[in-house]
Amino acid sequence: MAKSSAKQKPIDELTYEAAFAELESIVSALETEQRPLEEAMSLYERGQALVKHCAGLLDGAELKVRQLSGGELTDFEAAE
Amino acid sequence: MQPSLFSTVQWTVSSLTKYVRDLLESDETLQDVWVEGEISNLSRPASGHIYFTLKDAGASLKSVMWKMTAARLTLKLQDGMAVAVHGKIGVYEVSGQYQLYADQIRPVGEGALYQEFLRLKALLEAEGLFDPERKRPIPEFPKRIGIVTSSTGAALRDMLNILRRRLPLVEVILAPAPVQGDEAPPKLVDAIFSLNQLPARPDVILLARGGGSIEDLWAFNDERVVRAVAESKTPIICGVGHETDFTLSDFAADLRAPTPTAAAELATSVTIIDLSETLKSYQVNLSSFIISFINDRKSEIDNLISGLKFFSPSRRIQIERQRLDEFAHRALAAQVHRLALEASQLEGFDKRLEALSPLQVLARGYAVVTRQADGAIVHEVAQARGGIKVRVSDGEFDAEVKNKN
Repeated sequence: MAKSSAKQKPIDELTYEAAFAELESIVSALETEQRPLEEAMSLYERGQALVKHCAGLLDGAELKVRQLSGGELTDFEAAE
Repeated sequence: MQPSLFSTVQWTVSSLTKYVRDLLESDETLQDVWVEGEISNLSRPASGHIYFTLKDAGASLKSVMWKMTAARLTLKLQDGMAVAVHGKIGVYEVSGQYQLYADQIRPVGEGALYQEFLRLKALLEAEGLFDPERKRPIPEFPKRIGIVTSSTGAALRDMLNILRRRLPLVEVILAPAPVQGDEAPPKLVDAIFSLNQLPARPDVILLARGGGSIEDLWAFNDERVVRAVAESKTPIICGVGHETDFTLSDFAADLRAPTPTAAAELATSVTIIDLSETLKSYQVNLSSFIISFINDRKSEIDNLISGLKFFSPSRRIQIERQRLDEFAHRALAAQVHRLALEASQLEGFDKRLEALSPLQVLARGYAVVTRQADGAIVHEVAQARGGIKVRVSDGEFDAEVKNKN
């Protein structure tokens, strides 16, 4: 189920997983349910924005490596 | 002692060789020996028998293991391997060669370790630690991957390279631990435990180590490590050594990978390329959806328009206009009729008027007399004086009043 606009977080703040999950739900909602034009259009627009956000995250993804020692997480610099 | 030139020949090669063979094979000691040495000239032809030479610094011993026994051999033989071989000494008469007919081979030095490996494996297997039902599925798309290995090894670098290439979205949490030596087992256990203790637990843990000798890999056969692997709440992929190395941690893990690199690949079955493609297909779905959605709305509107046209006021206007035309036509006709009526009435009046005209009276012989001076009609004699004008039916003439009676 697509979320109501009140519950929507700004897209920029979404993680890839969250954005992708919402995109999935929008696509399936649009495909399976009849919706008023205005709602369908705004779902579509949000879907497009989510696609863009996800693609941006994929393009800019860099492996994050942290080291766990003594219960503390610190950034790990891999020695080449 | 010098042999006599004329002695009779007592032996053939065969009979002598058989004699030697009987001699050796009747010696109880030689029929049950453990011999230690290094394998060389190892060959395993299509027949399935194994041929090799056992060597030490001072001598060598031809050895053979028949196919039937060789099939039961779990140890992978290699040239240069130090082994202890059990068997009996016999003679291969065709080449006049005495040799060791082997029925058991075990690694030297590793022997004790190997026995321990088998003992522990049987024990843990009986406990059910390696049961297939215990294996949990590896998540398809992990967000967080824990790695337990040495922070300085090539295995870590290889795994990070694979992860970076296949799924750079993941967050890697390295719990470093030495992977060999006496301190390795407790540190490996700690690392697995602490990853499981994290508030944001990894979705999968890679337990890995590059290749090495069986002693190097031994920590992964340690009972504490194997139990920690089995008890981990987070699924574990174990990638230790090379393809041919099996450790007890491999058996206890949820998934065994032949190498550390393969472990990283198995942890990322969905790659960034797959994600991009799914994303593209979603985008296509969205666009085609919205296009058909809009087209549907348009055709709905078209339907409404033709519905509206049927009930449109312009149709009413047409009808009204036509009615108006009819009225106009009728009005015009009425008008014409009326005018004709008026005209005929007028004619009637005209006739009556004509009948009443004084000229008609004049025609009957009467005249109208008016005074020239003021034009007044002369009704009475008294009014007549001076010049008068007399009007008769066809015109008028002037006259003079003469005698008044």
